[in-house]
Amino acid sequence: MKKALTAAFNWTILAGSTAIVCLFLGIILFDIFSKGLPSVSWDFITKFPTDGMTQGGILPAVIGTLWLTLITTLFSVPFGVACAVYLNEYAPPNALTGIIRASIRNLAGIPSIIYGLFGLALFVQGMGLGTSVLAAGLTLGLLSLPYIITTTEEALKQIPNSMREAALALGATQFETIRDVVITRALPGILTGVILTLSRAAGETAPILFTGVAFYINRPTSSLNQEFMALPYHLYMLSTQHQSIMEVRPLAYGTAVVLIGLVFILNLIAFYIRYRHRVR
Amino acid sequence: MTTNLRRRERTDWLLNRIFKATGLLTIAVLGGIFFMLLYNSVAFFLDIDPVDFFTGSQWKPGGESAGYSILPLLASTGLVALGSMAIAVPLGILTAAFLSELAPSHLQAILKPVIEMLAAIPSVAIGFLGIVLVGPGIATLFGLQNGLNALNGSILLAVMALPTIVTISEDAINAVPDSYREASLALGADRWATLFRVTLPAALPGLIAAVMLGLGRALGETMTVLMATGNASAMPRGFLDSIRTITATIAIEMGEVPYRTTHYFALFAIAAVLFIITLVINILGETLANRLRKFHA
Repeated sequence: MKKALTAAFNWTILAGSTAIVCLFLGIILFDIFSKGLPSVSWDFITKFPTDGMTQGGILPAVIGTLWLTLITTLFSVPFGVACAVYLNEYAPPNALTGIIRASIRNLAGIPSIIYGLFGLALFVQGMGLGTSVLAAGLTLGLLSLPYIITTTEEALKQIPNSMREAALALGATQFETIRDVVITRALPGILTGVILTLSRAAGETAPILFTGVAFYINRPTSSLNQEFMALPYHLYMLSTQHQSIMEVRPLAYGTAVVLIGLVFILNLIAFYIRYRHRVR
Repeated sequence: MTTNLRRRERTDWLLNRIFKATGLLTIAVLGGIFFMLLYNSVAFFLDIDPVDFFTGSQWKPGGESAGYSILPLLASTGLVALGSMAIAVPLGILTAAFLSELAPSHLQAILKPVIEMLAAIPSVAIGFLGIVLVGPGIATLFGLQNGLNALNGSILLAVMALPTIVTISEDAINAVPDSYREASLALGADRWATLFRVTLPAALPGLIAAVMLGLGRALGETMTVLMATGNASAMPRGFLDSIRTITATIAIEMGEVPYRTTHYFALFAIAAVLFIITLVINILGETLANRLRKFHA
């Protein structure tokens, strides 16, 4: 009897903990989507804000986030993939390689606000880019770099050595082997990691605070040296800094739905690619 | 034919160097961040005595009677991070145990995406829920004016740290060889004694690593604590006080501070302290995770 009771108790705390974790996700999604979906419409995404941000849509924030993510991609993907290729294909097991790996691990653990400070010191002030979408995109690119390197290296590791040896034996140089065999075969895995990293970057706020984001600009971002609006920062400002916070709450909920929707769509694409190209 | 081969070999040599250069770039980035924090912190400590910085009791930057003590900010950061761990560690480890030891595979197939979705939600959205949902809840429960305080931040940070803790704990539990469980069961221990007395203790280094990495995440998080903890830079006395963490202080003040003033340098100095704390915690976590791998290899 006592034993059955203990078993039931243990089951309850383990399954109960799991249920609470699921409940967290359920509450987050239910609250945001039930209150936010009514605000979301085609006009909400494609119209400018009006009446001092209390009416209208969030188009400039959507465009700003797309610009930002594009710059982050163009900077971090070539560098990140090249670095992963170096580590997995070229790097000899020596002290320098050890230091590179340790740097990457530590970069991944640095708080995002410190990347914001670094972007301010290096890009905005040091390189004279000013507060701009370029400076913010580069800052997010640095933040994304360690994740792209780690996920790409995992994908490269899945390619069996026999394929490299076959290419080399046919007379290909090492670079040709990497370009035509290794990267081509690892592409789905690399792409999954890149998309997941970008979905994280698109939702980041702290690194862009001092590097170029603005609460309101009167025309959409059209050049690299402009300040820009972004979805996560828009949500932050609408929910904490607006003069009539309660009045704009529906807009804040709507922005949250669009932001979470965007992140989930990117995640779904990544999972779909991973699912389609599982290593058989 | 030979010139073609020579060109291919030259390309190969050149690309080799380029790939290596990107590897060196990561060292340069870490070095750059380190140098930036060091340079600006030194500039700060030329103005302000380090003793005052680490022992004073007031963060009141700028003006005549300026006070630059990191203690209230450090206490806030520690309080909210410890609170979040008090919630997330038991929940996370028990969930990981359920996932790897009890859940049937079809349930696992549902629960893993749940954890991944939780990890994907942007921190600003969680902070928003702190304002519209958790805050009013706490205010009603404790009869407060508003619910923007350390308790609110702890709950939100727990949600943010949970995916890290669950994922790494689950890896640690899965890494315990089945022979351990079989030996325990063969000696007559039931599944619960096996789980709590054999499997979890054997996974302990990995579980500690999971907690360390979750803690690192909670300490470095900015937007949720900025939005949900009330931002009062006084010394906190309890979980129902408004607090202001190091990250939130940087986020609030860096936008307005004049370039290269004592206040400007001060924000880099507190960032340097945060950098060192998260670095030590992450290295501890990594080391433990590696030791686990060797232990079971």
